[in-house]
Amino acid sequence: MPVRLPFRPRRDAYPPDLWTKCPGCAEMLFNKQLDKSLRVCPHCGHHFRIPAKTRIEQLVDSGSFIERDSDLSPVDALGFVDLKAYPDRLMAAQLSTGLRDAAVWGIGNIGGRPVSMCVMDFGFIGGSMGSVVGEKVARAGEAAIADRIPLIIISSSGGARMQEGTYSLMQLVKTMGVVERVKAARVPFISVMTDPTTGGVFASFAVVGDVNLAEPNALIRFAGDRVSSGTISEELPAGYARAEFWFSHGFVDRIVARAHLRDEIIALLGFLIAPPLNGSAETPQAPVSRPRSFLSALTGALTGENVAESHNGETGASRGEAPRG
Amino acid sequence: MVDRLLGRSHGDGQPENPNAAVWAHVQQARNLKRPHTLELLKAMADEFVELHGDRLFGDDSAIVAGLARISGRRIVVIGFQKGQDTEENIRRNFGLPHPEGYRKAMRVMELAERYGMPILTFVDVQGAFPGAAAEERGIAEAIARSVGLMTRLRTPIVVVITGEGGSGGALGLAVGDVVLALENSIYSVISPEGCASILWRSSDQSQAAAVAMKVTAGEQVELGVVDAVIPEPGEGAHTDPAETARLVRDVVLERLDVLGRLSLDDLVEARFKRYRAYGPYTVAERPAAPPERVGITDRLRGLLTKPTMPPFPGTRRTGPSGREEV
Repeated sequence: MPVRLPFRPRRDAYPPDLWTKCPGCAEMLFNKQLDKSLRVCPHCGHHFRIPAKTRIEQLVDSGSFIERDSDLSPVDALGFVDLKAYPDRLMAAQLSTGLRDAAVWGIGNIGGRPVSMCVMDFGFIGGSMGSVVGEKVARAGEAAIADRIPLIIISSSGGARMQEGTYSLMQLVKTMGVVERVKAARVPFISVMTDPTTGGVFASFAVVGDVNLAEPNALIRFAGDRVSSGTISEELPAGYARAEFWFSHGFVDRIVARAHLRDEIIALLGFLIAPPLNGSAETPQAPVSRPRSFLSALTGALTGENVAESHNGETGASRGEAPRG
Repeated sequence: MVDRLLGRSHGDGQPENPNAAVWAHVQQARNLKRPHTLELLKAMADEFVELHGDRLFGDDSAIVAGLARISGRRIVVIGFQKGQDTEENIRRNFGLPHPEGYRKAMRVMELAERYGMPILTFVDVQGAFPGAAAEERGIAEAIARSVGLMTRLRTPIVVVITGEGGSGGALGLAVGDVVLALENSIYSVISPEGCASILWRSSDQSQAAAVAMKVTAGEQVELGVVDAVIPEPGEGAHTDPAETARLVRDVVLERLDVLGRLSLDDLVEARFKRYRAYGPYTVAERPAAPPERVGITDRLRGLLTKPTMPPFPGTRRTGPSGREEV
């Protein structure tokens, strides 16, 4: 019990939940230690779900992320009421997460290279994709095309948001339309599927990355349990629709533990480089030795690097393949 | 609330249970005797050559695709095919497609693009097959790629929802320049039963879910997801398939004429913009927006005006599974 003394006020700020029980191995984990291990159980490797902003902090170069469109807010277009009115659900989710909707997007650097990044937050109504989430994914893709920087989408979602009806369904088309343009523009797109990636999110942008990564044991699935058990009766084997299942069925390139995710992305970005817009190999090359600020890295992505093949290996090695931790 | 919704969409002011009216509409959309793709084609096409197989795994009989001549025009027709009796339903997997169906559709759509034929799709499906066979062969990937392909195909696409427009399974063939719907059809993000079992945690509430999701064709026109409703003859499409097919054919040909006058660049751009624009949102006004260079943590914290203790990184929420306090 904290002793309430005037000269130790910080004690009041101690959270009541100092410990977390791991659902994988039932070990009691000290939360501070769990945060240090990126919220992965040090005993059994269980990957806890993490909020979008924590994910961003883990991946980007410290302090480089600039969020965009944080003020986009959802609208109750249908006047939807189930056991609770949709606006009430939104309000509760906004208060508990501090987000306006279930995705955060912005521009940040990973290993010195600027990327456009969209991260979904499962804590906000199950990370479900309504109009705002779809819009943010689309804007992240469009920014990637405009700046010719890689697009990284970290999915964590139960699927389309039922409370926005067919507008949610249309977000699948909206996001896929932009992703098709990302591909046509030859801008790299890395999709990271985390626990869980299901329904309409799995059946749209999450599954069609240039490279699909997944966190260990993440649930990835199109038809949810409650949907399929209500429609058809079929016994499902253990480990069904987990990341390893998709790896063995050929829909995931690599299963990456959270501790290695940043390094994996850096390594991949060292290979996936958007070619210059006009495809002209004669574009003047920026000096390679220039310090990599945000802007120069951007110019580099626009003009340099991929021009002279002799530099590719070198820059790839110095920039991309940082020593693995 | 329900009264208000229905008052706006039906306006007949009858004292009957409003949920029941919508549910009757859902039942009508699911009527087994409704004409499906092949029945409609039989009545409206002079000639139809069905194509089979996805060239990767097999042929899915729940989706049919082929080349049709309708009023002298070459049109690629793709649609879902439910059975009209038990025997046919078993053969067609009750109209629930596997990935092969969408991959066949994609193959045939690319054919249409190469040979300059417009595409007409008929949508009537409860949803993609939710079993393990479909899942492990990548039903999600097949639908995603089909949707993506349809956003960029350089040929006109007209979609007609003829019965159930159910979820991603329907969407896989339902991206078009023009989206029409038969009067008694429905279109929804998830089946009313699925919605009820998730949000109400009981499938008894399917009627309420159907009302809340505004599934009827008329309501979808109000939302702008469907462009126009095609009226059905008599008591519904099942009572007169031939007349239904004629009504569909006239509207489709009229729409194809309009689309045919656009350049392919304009057509694809307009289609992209249409879907890019879906979904309302607002930009929340904030007192004193912080400057752009403030870190995300500060910005997020700024949103959170609730006087609670500052959240520890990563410990903000109780995870859905098993955190216990000691």
